[in-house]
Amino acid sequence: MSGANASLDRRLHLKSSRPARYEAMFEIRAFEDRVQAMFFEGLVHGTTHTCQGQEAVSVGIAAAARPTDKVTCTYRGHGHALALGMPPLTVLAEIMGRRIGSVGGLGGSMHLCDMSVGLLPTFAIVGAGIPVAAGAAVTAQVKGTDGAAIAIFGDGAANIGAFHEGLNLAAIWKLPAVFICENNQYGEYSAIHLTTPVENIADRAASYGMPGEVVDGQDVDTVEAAVAGALARARAGEGPSLLEMKTYRYAGHSRADTAPYRPEGEFDRWYERDPINTYRRRLIDDGDLTEEEAGRIEARVTARIAEAEAEASAADQATVEDMFTNIHAP
Amino acid sequence: MRKMRMNQAVATALADEMRDNPDVVMFGEDIAVAEGPFKTSAGLLKEFGSSRVRDTPISEMGFLGAAVGAASTGLRPVVEIMFIEFIGVALDQLVTEAAKFHYLSRGTVSVPLTVRGSIGAGLGFGCQHSQTLESWMYSTPGVKLAVASGAHNAYGLLRAAIRDDNPVVFLEPRALYAKREPVQRGEEGIIPLGQAATVREGSDVTVVALGAMVPTALQAVEATSWSAEVIDLQTLVPYDKGALLESVAKTGRLVTVEENPLTGGWGGEITAFVAGELFADLEAPPVRITCPDIHVPYGKELEQRYLPGPDYVSAQIGSLLDTGTRPPHWWESQEVMA
Ligand SMILES: Cc1ncc(C[n+]2csc(CCOP(=O)(O)OP(=O)(O)O)c2C)c(N)n1
Ligand SMILES: [Mg+2]
Repeated sequence: MSGANASLDRRLHLKSSRPARYEAMFEIRAFEDRVQAMFFEGLVHGTTHTCQGQEAVSVGIAAAARPTDKVTCTYRGHGHALALGMPPLTVLAEIMGRRIGSVGGLGGSMHLCDMSVGLLPTFAIVGAGIPVAAGAAVTAQVKGTDGAAIAIFGDGAANIGAFHEGLNLAAIWKLPAVFICENNQYGEYSAIHLTTPVENIADRAASYGMPGEVVDGQDVDTVEAAVAGALARARAGEGPSLLEMKTYRYAGHSRADTAPYRPEGEFDRWYERDPINTYRRRLIDDGDLTEEEAGRIEARVTARIAEAEAEASAADQATVEDMFTNIHAP
Repeated sequence: MRKMRMNQAVATALADEMRDNPDVVMFGEDIAVAEGPFKTSAGLLKEFGSSRVRDTPISEMGFLGAAVGAASTGLRPVVEIMFIEFIGVALDQLVTEAAKFHYLSRGTVSVPLTVRGSIGAGLGFGCQHSQTLESWMYSTPGVKLAVASGAHNAYGLLRAAIRDDNPVVFLEPRALYAKREPVQRGEEGIIPLGQAATVREGSDVTVVALGAMVPTALQAVEATSWSAEVIDLQTLVPYDKGALLESVAKTGRLVTVEENPLTGGWGGEITAFVAGELFADLEAPPVRITCPDIHVPYGKELEQRYLPGPDYVSAQIGSLLDTGTRPPHWWESQEVMA
């Protein structure tokens, strides 16, 4: 992994290769498991929001989008960053506050960014990335490129004003935007049904006159197809769409949350449809992957994460001088 | 130099920048077809079309957010907030998103965004449409802030704001929109951000003002027995420290005149800075002339009472020069309140 386009190289094969999608999902899982453990070990401070269980959403989106498309996502962004192509080292180093992190160690877990893969600074304010993605789509529209913008946000964000204002604006301006709600069933510690009176957030698309679709967020190929369809529509000048990815957050909301508020058996039911295990079985059944190849992928990824951890741990922390940089553009 | 009303100067600056740079776009409520509630975008839709001059729904968070997204991906949007108060429902996008993108991208993203808003009292709009809210903006690192005091610098500062690669808030005192003034158009008319203007030279006292308080201060120091130097700050963030120090070193006295409640107003920052640097040169305590810590009242007379007017400003400065001590604010006097 070297050179200016290391991030893009990582992403290249997701479009056509199912084993590459498997590897990307497995990498996110291994990465997040390690980050969570590091938090408990005191190696990562502040806060983390991990995304185990939601890997198919991240990888499906990255497989469908072009690197020239612009993406906004939330503080639960490690998985999206990795899928879009950011190397585990720059993401982990950022989480660890190191100078070699994607934001020089000044951002932390909630603040990743890599414009070379189209990822705008990730948002720690619920919903804030939704209108910003609409604006990135305005740029594509005004400049007449065939670029598009993707906003990724949670189910909880569907109840904040920015969701309404962003979708409405995108609809009346017919922007090339795709709004992707990752419905992981919880906003912090509150189950979705406690805060949201409709069964499907996708139904809200009707009030903006745009298509809304409920998507199985546990199947990476289904996610890819849905996002590719919405992007094609956007690029064709037909306007925005709302996709709701039904998925599940395995970990707690953040930090040391163990999610004691979850009903008995809920996790197990979702785990039966684990996006990584089911995909692995399917690829082997379909002859796209052998048991040996799968094992090699898993070993390679595990080694990659361990290497990233070793390298990030040895790297310098951001300095006092660093924190005075980039307050204003020159 | 042609004389223009300040709203014409704003529209002219926008048009000149839009001609120069196809990346400049505008979003706002009723700015395109209706040409702006204050007619600050007259002729723009016709000349530049609806892709670049966009009427928005009543969604300040939505369109300010969209402007942040457009700015960080290659456009140079100018957003109109009809009355600055309306930014309250969108403040996140300015303070917590736009201001921090450059930092949170390790300098790879810049946000060349201009947020225009009309400000100020004097037109009888009541307390929810009459504030300046300057003090909401000036303590956010990453955002610049400039305020027009007339047609001339409305044109020059706005063009500079649009060219700046940072989010810039540009405030336009509503009470001045109809005032006519000669305007220097073109490149020579552009006024760099961060530079104050000495709008009158003098030797006894430095009077620092911003926005609508600049014409008030100028009127206040006319025909007095003392000689005042009047500085129009023009840009509040970053403010022109050099110009302030140079003037106060000469005059030995500092008075700030601002259209804000006393508490938390920028005059506190300016006087603390100058006093800290030039303590030994000061011949009198720095004095702040402000509005009281109350809401902007509705009635004509009350609203004029609320605002620092020329006679009051003149009297306060005269008293400082006579006594060498801080004159009380008008609302501190028992008689007035009775
Ligand atoms: C405007 C705002 N309000 C509250 C919070 C605190 N907060 C952080 S994450 C979160 C839950 C969001 O849930 P959801 O949108 O479903 O996303 P998820 O965390 O499940 O990915 C809350 C309330 C915030 N960051 N921003
Ligand atoms: Mg959620």
